[in-house]
Amino acid sequence: MSDAPAIHVRGLSKRFGQLLAVDHVDLDVPRGRVYGFLGPNGSGKSTTIRMLCGLLTPTEGEIEVLGLRVPQEAEALRRRIGYMTQSFSLFADLNVGENLEFIAEILGVPRERKRARIAELMERYRLADRRKQLAGTMSGGQKQRLALACAVMHEPELLFLDEPTSAVDPESRREFWEALFELTDAGTTLLVSTHLMDEAERCHRLAILDRGRLVADGTPGALTGALEGRTFLVESDDPRRAQHALSGAPDVLGVAQVGHALRLLADAGQGDGFAAAVEQRLREAGQAARLRPTPPNLEDVFVAATHPGEQERAA
Amino acid sequence: MNGRRLWAIMQKEIRQLRRDRITLAMIMVMPILQLVLFGYAINLNLRGLDAAIADQAQTSGSRALVMDMLATGVIRPVTSARTPEEVVDLIRRGRINVGVVIPPDFEARKLDGRPVAQVLVDGSDATVAGAAAQLAQTPVDSRLPDAHAPYVSTPSVPRIVVTSFYNPERRSAINIVPGLIGVILTMTMVLFTAIAIVRERERGNMELLIATPLTSTELMLGKVVPYVLIGLVQTTVILALGRWLFDVPIRGSLLDVYFAALLLIASNLTLGLLISSRAQSQFQAMQMTFFIFLPSILLSGFMFPFSGMPRLAQWIAELLPLTHFLRLIRGIMLRNAGLLDLWGDALALVVFTAVMMAGAILRFRKRLD
Repeated sequence: MSDAPAIHVRGLSKRFGQLLAVDHVDLDVPRGRVYGFLGPNGSGKSTTIRMLCGLLTPTEGEIEVLGLRVPQEAEALRRRIGYMTQSFSLFADLNVGENLEFIAEILGVPRERKRARIAELMERYRLADRRKQLAGTMSGGQKQRLALACAVMHEPELLFLDEPTSAVDPESRREFWEALFELTDAGTTLLVSTHLMDEAERCHRLAILDRGRLVADGTPGALTGALEGRTFLVESDDPRRAQHALSGAPDVLGVAQVGHALRLLADAGQGDGFAAAVEQRLREAGQAARLRPTPPNLEDVFVAATHPGEQERAA
Repeated sequence: MNGRRLWAIMQKEIRQLRRDRITLAMIMVMPILQLVLFGYAINLNLRGLDAAIADQAQTSGSRALVMDMLATGVIRPVTSARTPEEVVDLIRRGRINVGVVIPPDFEARKLDGRPVAQVLVDGSDATVAGAAAQLAQTPVDSRLPDAHAPYVSTPSVPRIVVTSFYNPERRSAINIVPGLIGVILTMTMVLFTAIAIVRERERGNMELLIATPLTSTELMLGKVVPYVLIGLVQTTVILALGRWLFDVPIRGSLLDVYFAALLLIASNLTLGLLISSRAQSQFQAMQMTFFIFLPSILLSGFMFPFSGMPRLAQWIAELLPLTHFLRLIRGIMLRNAGLLDLWGDALALVVFTAVMMAGAILRFRKRLD
């Protein structure tokens, strides 16, 4: 395995009319890892993935995937990548076996290996007993496994998955991620987009996108570690009123209700006086509340990264 | 071009089609239904028109004339009338299509050589009027008894000359069935392929397909070829039923008939593909199909004679595959012409196919933008 990154992107932009869907994104995706794109809907995750696959032409910027220039060398790239689309894109009116056979033919799996490869995939993704079932009649989790089996049919070096588990229950999601880690064990590079925090936490490395811009990237540990000391739980009798009292308070980047408590993210560079100042402010609003430090999570990272002041500091 | 991928696409299309019962039924039922509709209901050979006869002469000669007219079966007396005014009134009220008036001086007119009878026709029905006008131009048959000889046509009043109804060549099915092959192939072939690619785009399959090494040509050809077989099956159904129900002859070579059908099928399928590469939704594809289908039916010469159309309409018609096919198939089936005799129209279809296919492949991009 070479040390060159699987994906190398500089200044990538995509404009749809007035909308700048992707805004000067720089990206380096290492090989053999699960790399995550975290961002809300409309943040440019799908558009970026489609440009990396050569399905959309960038307005600006350079893309190199597996050493090939995209979109110029996209045809050669298509033999080496797998792409699992956001919505189910296999044929609902073909059965599982027929879908797999079709994909094997289209992707050019050698004839003598085809049968064994399909059997192997049906075994691994628990589709063997559904060979004759029409794909359109399967559950969300089963469709997802079939889509993954088809995407890895030709043993691609790089696999793109666009929100693979957004339509799947938590049990299937966990099983699906196990399948993804099996693939990285075999050396495959994975790029997964998601808007789910728990899914993002599983990635080896993350890029956070917001309105087309890459606002943060790093390992989940490094990203959350950078916020150490800035996250608090506010315990109050009336969290909703407390939240109201804290809105617009100085140095408070975000307040979100979590059950009976409030989760608070402080601006960077807050000293020890911060907790006392917030408690004081709440007392003035008639709220007896206590601040307690809590470990930061990816949601805090997202809130911090998308906060306007934070972005200026980063830039 | 990779044979394996091409075959995979074809196989997939056939499998999907096999599960699509409604489309399958449409493929078989539509030709049969249209053949029966056009063959029986739309029969240009009019029979049993509702009529009233006002015989004011009441001589043995006038009664013989009336009997001759009724014997043709073209008119059927449904009510009685005494005066021309009554006949006109019946036509106006829609009770009858045709009225026959024999004036009181029938015998005298016969001797003078003046017109002896008047046929009043409901001109608001173009088919009835057309039939009458055509009849008025038919020469008087010499087999008629001498007593009827002085019939003269007056251009202002259409007159049925009884003899023309015995014309054995006025069977419309013979003209309609060969044309119907073209109409049915135009309708089904364009529609199926017009939908074919749009459907995959709507269902999200296209994003998967274009992310694979599949080429535009493989995708287009793979989608078209299965429908060529279906088109040939439809042709066979129409030929067999035409023969069985309407006794339509195939005077030329059967191979030429199929080859002509193949040319039309190819033209229509590639036209459908071009529509498919432009349309944004299945509904839009269907609209575009009918935009092609209507002029095809109206201008190709299937419904109205080509030579009677204005110059502009003829130019447009020359661009439609159905026009060329009609000339081919009528020539082959009815006049025993060979495909080589009609090479101009065959070539037109080949050129049309090549242009459409090239257009469809060039327009189809393996891109989402």
